[in-house]
Parts: sequence; C-alpha cells; structure tokens
Amino acid sequence: MPEFTLWDIVHNLLLAARWTVLLSLVAFVLGSIVGLALLLVRTAGNRWAVRVVRGYVELFQGTPLLMQLFIVFFGLPLIGIDVSPWVAATFGLTLFTSAFLTEIWRGCVESVAKGQWEASTALGMNFTQQMRYVILPQALRIAVPPTVGFSVQVVKGTAVTSIIGFIELTKAGTMITNATYAPFTVYGCVAVLYFLICYPLSLYARYLEGKFRHVTR
Amino acid sequence: MAYQFDFGAILPHWKLLLDGVVLTTELAAIGAVAGVGLGILGAWARTARPPVISQLVAIYVELIRNTPFLVQLFFIFFGLPALGLKLTEFQAAALAMIVNLGAYSTEIVRAGIQAIPAGQIEAAQSLAMNRVQIFRYIIIRPALKKIWPALSSQVVIVMLGSSVCSQIAAEELTFAANYIQGMNFRAFEVYFVTTGLYLVMSILLRQILKVFGNFLFERRHHA
Repeated sequence: MPEFTLWDIVHNLLLAARWTVLLSLVAFVLGSIVGLALLLVRTAGNRWAVRVVRGYVELFQGTPLLMQLFIVFFGLPLIGIDVSPWVAATFGLTLFTSAFLTEIWRGCVESVAKGQWEASTALGMNFTQQMRYVILPQALRIAVPPTVGFSVQVVKGTAVTSIIGFIELTKAGTMITNATYAPFTVYGCVAVLYFLICYPLSLYARYLEGKFRHVTR
Repeated sequence: MAYQFDFGAILPHWKLLLDGVVLTTELAAIGAVAGVGLGILGAWARTARPPVISQLVAIYVELIRNTPFLVQLFFIFFGLPALGLKLTEFQAAALAMIVNLGAYSTEIVRAGIQAIPAGQIEAAQSLAMNRVQIFRYIIIRPALKKIWPALSSQVVIVMLGSSVCSQIAAEELTFAANYIQGMNFRAFEVYFVTTGLYLVMSILLRQILKVFGNFLFERRHHA
C-alpha cells in the first residue's frame, strides 16, 4: 500500500479547492444577476409578480439546498437537458443564491427612506430613473456588508454539491479518505481550507459593517 | 420527451417517509434545545472575566461559522473515532447539529446581550442582585426576546441542513427519499414530495417557534 504524506493530502485538496472557489464565484455572479432581476420585479411589479417572487424566495429558503440540487440534477434531464454535475451544481446554487440575495437586497431597498420615493416621484421621475439615480445608489451602500457576508454561505453551500458528484473540496476529502484511511487528518485539513477561504470574507464583511455604520451616523 | 409523472409510485412508501419526518423532527428538536442552550452558555462565556475562556469560545464560533456543516458532520462521524470517540449515525448527526447551532446562537444571543442598556445592569447591581440573578432576569430574558426572530430563523436553517445527515446514513427524511428512489427509480417524484414535506416542516416550525416565543415573553405582562 502506498504511503501518503501530509503534503500529498494537502496538495490534492488544494487542487480540488480551485473548483470550490470557481463554483462559488460563478454561482455568486449568476445569482446576483438573477437576484437583481427578481428584486426589480419585486419592487416594480404588480401584485402577482410580487407574490411569485415571494413564493420563489419562500421555496428556496424553506427547503434544503440538497433537495434543490437533487431536483435540478434529476429533473433537468427530464426536459431534455443533459446535466453534468457541473451544470446541476451551477444551476442549483444560482437559484439558491438568487433567492437569498433578493431577500437581503429587498430589505436594503426598503430601508431607503420613503420620502426619497415621494420626492423623486414629485420630480416626475419614472421607475427606472428612480431606481437608477435615487434608490439603488443608496440601497447599494447598505447592501454591501450583508452581501459580502452572504458569500460565505455560498462557499459553504458548494460543499453540498459533492453529494451529487461534483468534485470539489469536500468530495476530494472523501476520495482521499478512502485512499488513506486517515479521516481525522483529511477532514481536518478540509475544514481548515474552507476556513481559509471563508474567514477573510467574514472579516471583510464585519469591517464593512463597522465602516458603514460609522458613515451613516 | 414527455415525462409521465407518477406520484402514485410514492404512495406505497409513505411509512418510510413518515419515519424520516419523525427522525428529522427528533434531530431538529434535540439540536434546537441543546444548541440554543449551548449558545446561551457560549454567550455568557463571552462575557467571562478571564478573557481566555471568552477567546476560546470566539475561536469555536469562527471555526464553525466558516466551515460547511457537511464537513463538520464528516469530521465528527468519520474523524473522531481516531480519538476513540465512536458515535452512532444518530448521535453524530445530533452532535453536529448542536455544535453548529451552538456557534450561531452564541453570536445571536451575544448581539442581544450587547443591546441591553448598561443602565439596566447598573440598576440591578444597586438593587443588590447577584451575577446569576442579573443574568437571568435583567440580561437573558430581554435579550432572548429581542433576538427570538433571528434565533428562530437559525433553528429552521439547521433543521433544513440536517438533510445532509443522509450522507452518514442517519435515517432522516432525505435518507428515506434516497432509499425510495433506489427502489422505484421515481427520482423526480420522490424528491418533489420530499421537498414539499420539508417546506411544510419549516413553515410549521417557524409558526411553533413564534407561538412559543409569545408564550415565553408575553405572558408576564399580565402579572
């Protein structure tokens, strides 16, 4: 039986961590785009649009990410889309991310003072102008810290994609454990690597929170 | 390419799903009670005099909050036996949930405690209350009331997160779903129904926590 050094383990985990980072980035960017679109629909839309978006958010916040991934992974082939774990993981995480970001950002838009809406209406601005020049610039400042904070949840969410066979950090950990019979060391290293990705994001979010609180006072 | 749905294929296995729901509920209940308890303890420890304890708790909180639940679960179930701590699937799942919720609720409860005005504590001190009395009556009750919504959300998140406990073969709802899927290959229907069950459970849990919160924090007003 071949011997595995600690470096062998860490080296292989690092290679797999690339996919964790890449998947997180893709899911975060795509999720932001979808989330922003949903936010606009939620803010501008009629009663039905608001209800649909609310239901969407409720659905994704009220069910496990794993179930969402299973449905995408097993459901997309039924409508004729060939799903690799990559496609399923990206698609599933994008839906998940967009639902949470919509909800976070809605709170930020709603925290913009009502008078701002009224004033811009009085100036004869239409919805697009109001959003573009008045509401979003203010909401954006409030939105940055919780958005950065949420990115940690996205990174951690990618671990669940290992279950549908996407080979990222956690999956690599399982595979290396099967080869080395050293679960304590391997999962310990996996946890440390996640921590190294997530903790700087957490710290940055906290720093921004402090900074923005200072500004608004 | 028209897919024929057949939800009837799930019906014969309703007992398995029900068992899964029961086990998920058990895990959630144990996790919620012990996890929030651990969180209150942790939040108290964060105010501890020798800062060493406070810092150790801070490290625990950051470690848990910045790593995935699934990895924590694998570490507890597969890794800890190396230290001689062998747990059953259920014990490992419950422990992982307690440890996870404990970290989040430590931070949530701590935020609530920090929001208590210092004057309240000073007033209690001048009434000659001791440390335990102050914590119990002046700090933790109003703090919990304030953060109850946030705590409830976190409990729901942890309940939903228990779905990945199927990966260590804890026989909760997702495990049951996978098992049924393995028997009848009706993947889509099974996961659709299971997702619905989770949605119902999370809505119910949210309502129960709301009612419980009202009961806990409002009734004293009549006295």
